[in-house]
Amino acid sequence: MAEEKNYKIIQPDNSEENKFLKPENYKREVTAPDGNTFIVDPLNDYFCDAKPQPHAPNTIKVVEKFLNWARSQSIWVLGFGTGCGSIEIYPLMTPRFDAYRFGVQQRPTPRQSNLMIISGYLSVKTLKRAIRSYEQMQSPKFVMALGSCTINGGMYWDSYNTINRLDHYMPVDVYVAGCMPRPEALLAGFMELKKRIREGKGEGANQYAENFDWYKANQKKIIKDWNMPDYNW
Amino acid sequence: MKEIINNIQEKFKISEVTEQRENQYFISVEKKDTIQLVTYLKDIEKFTNFILLTAVDWIEKGQFQLTYMLNHPSKKLDIGVRTFIERENATMDSAHHLWEHVATFQRELKEMFGIDFPGSPRVDEPFLLEGWDNIPPMRRDFDTKKYSEETYFPRPGRSTNDPAEHMKKKLYPNE
Repeated sequence: MAEEKNYKIIQPDNSEENKFLKPENYKREVTAPDGNTFIVDPLNDYFCDAKPQPHAPNTIKVVEKFLNWARSQSIWVLGFGTGCGSIEIYPLMTPRFDAYRFGVQQRPTPRQSNLMIISGYLSVKTLKRAIRSYEQMQSPKFVMALGSCTINGGMYWDSYNTINRLDHYMPVDVYVAGCMPRPEALLAGFMELKKRIREGKGEGANQYAENFDWYKANQKKIIKDWNMPDYNW
Repeated sequence: MKEIINNIQEKFKISEVTEQRENQYFISVEKKDTIQLVTYLKDIEKFTNFILLTAVDWIEKGQFQLTYMLNHPSKKLDIGVRTFIERENATMDSAHHLWEHVATFQRELKEMFGIDFPGSPRVDEPFLLEGWDNIPPMRRDFDTKKYSEETYFPRPGRSTNDPAEHMKKKLYPNE
């Protein structure tokens, strides 16, 4: 027996803000089992629209130092490959380079990881996905950017579809220069990142929260079909 | 291959035949005969493998050149069918009924060049450029460098050398 639909989709009006709305995000009128009807708006009801808040450091300096040391020892990388640099990440986990000995391991989902490696050029389409993945990661979170493409656009500096500077869209902790950097350079980047975290400079998530409006304005300037919530965890 | 070209020339009005290699030919045909010729090549001459559909922007002539590349799998032959279409309000007959994946090429051409293929499935959906609101970027009157500088926050301090000027200075410093 086919299951009867308990909701009715409300067609959106043709205003400018509904131009890129996906059908799964249309408002719908749902009938509950007890007979009541209520309206569900997926973009506002299913996601958090509160701005991220900066996280204050521990007031006791020694404790904060210990926490920073602990954070630097557990770097879990989100396996999100963009551009050509993702090829350089695979050999990292092989016996030859063996990133595990530095306490670095890869995880498949953003919610399990705290380091995002942007490995190469980002097209606008990929940037949209990268931002969503970054916002889903739990803080403290860090971003490492590989290659000259993320620094100043690299060989795609005059392209109509790739961004020039990553640090206008998300806070970057460490840049690894090269086109593409070898896995050894990546390992050096991990050591540099650990040093920064131990010194208390790995404050990317707080920086993102403090300058949230500036980052959002930059992101919305180039992502013209903004059909997702402003912030989501 | 010669035999096939002769067969085609008997049946269609071919304006130009270019021999690229022994097993690769390009033939030019008018817009209205193009899909008919591609169908003939697929069904009668058994060029059953569709390789690509691509466009070239001849802005000086006010025309787009479309190339349909077909391949004969058993005889290892390639043939390219070239045709010119108008640049203003560019429209071309769709060939998605011959091969399914032609629709993807046509979708890409619609986005990158603004060539319309009425009736092709999903031709209006964005392929790479989501929410693009400028002129199609692969047209030659689109200034990609200017667009990039206005949109993507170029990092200051980047310098470039014009290769011609650089080599002239290096080879003939006294001139």
